[in-house]
Amino acid sequence: MTMHDTKPYEPVFTPERRAGLEELLKRYPTKRAALLPALWMVQEARGWISDTAMTEVAEVLGLTPAYVKGVVTFYTMYHLHPVGKNFVQVCTTTPCNICGAENVVKALLQHTGCGELGATSPDGKWTVIEVECLGACGFATPIMVNDDFIESVTPEKVLEIVRKYS
Amino acid sequence: MGFPHKPHPKETVVLSQYFGDADARSYAGWVQRGGYEALKKSLAMTPVAVQDIVKASGLRGRGGAGFPTGLKWSFMPKERTRTHYLCCNADESEPGTFKDREIMRWTPHALIEGCAIAQHAIQAEICYIYIRGEFTEPLRIMEKAIAEAYQNGVLGANAMGSGKRIDQFIHRGAGAYICGEETALMNSIEGKRGNPRIRPPFPAAAGVFGLPTTINNVETLAAVPHIINRGADWYKSLYLSNPKSTGTKLISVSGHVQRPGNYEITMGFPLKDLIYDLCGGVKPGRTLKACIPGGSSVPILNKEESESCILDYEGTVAKGTMLGSGGAIVFDDTTDMVYQVMRLAKFYAHESCAQCTQCREGTAWTVRILQRILAGEGTIQDLDLLLDLADQMTGKTICVLSDSCAAPVVTGIKKFRGEFEAYIKGARKPVMATV
Amino acid sequence: MPVSVPKGTTILEAAKQAGVLIPHYCYHPGLPIAGVCRMCLVEVEKQPKLQISCATTVAEGQVVNVFSDQAKKARQGVLEFLLINHPLDCPICDQAGECELQDYVFQEGQARTRYADYAKRFNPVEDFGPDILYVPNRCILCTRCVRFMEHAAHDDVLNVSERGDRAVIGIHPDKKLDHTWAGNVVDLCPVGSLLSKDFLHRARAWELDKTASVCPGCSQGCNVNLDTRNNVVVRLRPRANLEVNRYFMCDYGRGQYRWMNHGDRIEAPLLGGKDLTAVDWDHALDRAVQLVKGISGPAVTLVSPGASNEALYLARQVLGNARLQAAFRVHREAGEWSLAGVPDLALRAERAPNVAGALALGYREEFEAAIQTAADAGLLLVLDDALDGVAPEALQTPNIIYLGTRLPEIARRARVVLPIANVAEEDGTFVNRDRRVQRYFQAKAAPGMARPAWWVLGEILRGLGRGDTLSSAEEAFDLLAQSEPAFGGLSYAGLGVRGAVLGSRQPAGQPA
Repeated sequence: MTMHDTKPYEPVFTPERRAGLEELLKRYPTKRAALLPALWMVQEARGWISDTAMTEVAEVLGLTPAYVKGVVTFYTMYHLHPVGKNFVQVCTTTPCNICGAENVVKALLQHTGCGELGATSPDGKWTVIEVECLGACGFATPIMVNDDFIESVTPEKVLEIVRKYS
Repeated sequence: MGFPHKPHPKETVVLSQYFGDADARSYAGWVQRGGYEALKKSLAMTPVAVQDIVKASGLRGRGGAGFPTGLKWSFMPKERTRTHYLCCNADESEPGTFKDREIMRWTPHALIEGCAIAQHAIQAEICYIYIRGEFTEPLRIMEKAIAEAYQNGVLGANAMGSGKRIDQFIHRGAGAYICGEETALMNSIEGKRGNPRIRPPFPAAAGVFGLPTTINNVETLAAVPHIINRGADWYKSLYLSNPKSTGTKLISVSGHVQRPGNYEITMGFPLKDLIYDLCGGVKPGRTLKACIPGGSSVPILNKEESESCILDYEGTVAKGTMLGSGGAIVFDDTTDMVYQVMRLAKFYAHESCAQCTQCREGTAWTVRILQRILAGEGTIQDLDLLLDLADQMTGKTICVLSDSCAAPVVTGIKKFRGEFEAYIKGARKPVMATV
Repeated sequence: MPVSVPKGTTILEAAKQAGVLIPHYCYHPGLPIAGVCRMCLVEVEKQPKLQISCATTVAEGQVVNVFSDQAKKARQGVLEFLLINHPLDCPICDQAGECELQDYVFQEGQARTRYADYAKRFNPVEDFGPDILYVPNRCILCTRCVRFMEHAAHDDVLNVSERGDRAVIGIHPDKKLDHTWAGNVVDLCPVGSLLSKDFLHRARAWELDKTASVCPGCSQGCNVNLDTRNNVVVRLRPRANLEVNRYFMCDYGRGQYRWMNHGDRIEAPLLGGKDLTAVDWDHALDRAVQLVKGISGPAVTLVSPGASNEALYLARQVLGNARLQAAFRVHREAGEWSLAGVPDLALRAERAPNVAGALALGYREEFEAAIQTAADAGLLLVLDDALDGVAPEALQTPNIIYLGTRLPEIARRARVVLPIANVAEEDGTFVNRDRRVQRYFQAKAAPGMARPAWWVLGEILRGLGRGDTLSSAEEAFDLLAQSEPAFGGLSYAGLGVRGAVLGSRQPAGQPA
């Protein structure tokens, strides 16, 4: 799978971000160890991690683009494609599943206009995906909208949440 | 405290005392509540003396394996000739488990203090706190607390005026259950794929960055200040059943109970009381069907087993399961066990790191067979096949992820075979299970 | 069966020494241990779980059962898991016949699959680099290729992408698999997942004959096998020699097979005159002998550093009585392309296999000077130098005896042209840059009447009354070893297939 930015590519690591990364590098004995944080910086800046961005990260940390790509594809929170303005992750693992998580998913797909999991809504505002355990099983069903963690979501509460972020 | 509920009289509130108390989050608030006294006390002791107290307390790892913590610390080299590391495992991802999240959300300084004491005990200047990527709120709270700890001289070049350097850094995960496995966690810190490593070498000899490392769970480390403050004897006396399982344990209860949440019990507490008394039992009109007592990786208990199971390391083993990370998933009689076993297998298939053949291929194959059964297209031979695959997936791989996939399959078929047969014989309406 | 091995040896390697090959995929002696395929599980006494023999070191008195029911069942299980998504397209797979998945399933697998009715995983074939295709459907994720690029090539061009059963070997679009040593990933791949485009669908493995040889591409002297079919060399592959190339060879070396098959060869002895006339060997050799006998003034021998030690030695003997200038030239590239993770292994700047042999046998790298001398010389003996770049006027005077594989225009002025075999067509030895004498073996027939240069030169010497017919490279080498101090103590048989370093005396006749 190859996804490139629209050209021309603007480097993520501006002098300011570079300085931020330098601070992080002091925490580790190797440059490689700063890879996950560096990728988070890219995703924060761009919303996703393109092949070109991987090459940039590789150059900054003295790695190869392929190495970086192997790592990016391992961790499910890094986006290999652009996603909607509001990226929604719904936990559907067993404890949530038995408490009705699949109905929360249905309600989200309906109210956001995404239609199907992983697709971005026509207005570009929403992408909804199922994720494995979010670690809040006692508060079924937890969802994440971007970095916001929302507990105890029921199908009834979905519309209100969608309105809030729209 | 049965967070988010009021504490139940049968709980033993130690770690969870300040859950829900937002004032305990700040450095000032924590010090007001007696925080950092244990660290001060520890820094005045030799590392070995701290290890000995923790050894004597009987504290065992709360992440799943239940390995004696003090003994683990004692595996670290006695002489510090190279950098030593502590890794705090805050990659809480085991379905059914959400206790570490609350520790970090409400009592971040308890964790920082526990880490600092452990760092002193194993002579590790640096501690990485590995927090799973999805825990955005605990991450923010922990970051703030660590910054405060540096500002107040708890951490840094001269920790608590001891002349010793104690650094703590947060390393954020990015979505990978397997990074909760200690060697995968170390790889992830090193900027690699979160692949578990073959052992030997063991972490105490060659851990993160190839240097001596100890990895402890959040709950384990958070218990340490209490042990230092109140003594090994106090902690050792906290047991209701077997003296090999001491202290308190946070049990996360989820699923079909009236009051899901975290409950802190003394080791040896009956699972039955937890479900019926503390959590209010299942919903009215329903009955208990099954319980997975230790997080999704451990074998399933049926109703009778659940109601007679003692919650400690030995009591759970006696019932053929494990205490694991203490995540009790409760199922009532409305549960489709076939579907839920499939759902668990799907979790493991999704999270397999892809290294070992049995796990990479076996977890995915298991899901397909279970989905075929759910679709009404299974055969009786499929059940034997599932059991045989489970056998091939048990005890043969680098880590226990594939064993964890096999456990619910084996116990699901063994204890709820009728439900599987109902799908196979067409007695149950097929379910299209490709969620 | 008891086996005694050094401390730290793995069970897998110890078993090899006992003659037992424990099935394995991810393990390769030239790569760091991964322990991921779980194929090499064996039962170790007193261990509750099966152990991977690739990563478990032996212990004193340890009892290992490779073929216990438990161990066999575990390996059968791994094979079944590997096969559920494997396409079984063996009839169109290049690896068929030398596939470790085929081999171990044949040895230990089950006759049927229990993976009924499901579609197999499908991913399209990917172009990884100039010569390498990746067929993900056949891949068993052993990661040998990834580890080779990381730890041997120090160029992490390959990765494992994704997780679980979605995992594949990946590459980044910005960087192709074009490393000088990239071709080794094809050899390392235990299945037909990584393929050489050059060899794609060229031959079935079971049709190939393998002949031990030495790569003629540079002075490193990598040990290779020449794979031939119907008298045609179809590929070069590395042959393990821990002293020289371990398990590897470079892609430049792999390309060397092409010229070995060229059809533009001299196929008969030729006599000069107005035109060149094909004659039989007796006539041609007789003419050559007469030329040598009638020599007047200085003589020059120009040789190729791609010729065998045997030929180089004998070529000097032929003109040994005259005032002789013995010279060679060698093509040099500007740099070396090393395999970073393996010490002392590189595609060398000197692009000929026997420079050290030529030097040891008294040749000097003074080609231009030799050409100048040759302009006024009585006789010029050329041994397979193509004389390219030499002005025709420069060689007006001398009588030329030309031993060659091909006939360049300038050599048409030779008085006698003698066709010789190339490296694939004869037995012989080279000396590599580390002064290791190594044997190569004949892999195919020489074209027409061409003969090994050592035989041709031996016949000229016989005509001169200075020797008998040489019937083998061994005879030629042993002659050489007796008279050349640098080769003292060596014997052809004693060189074995791993070679011996010049000056390291060893008992004659003992395989190395």
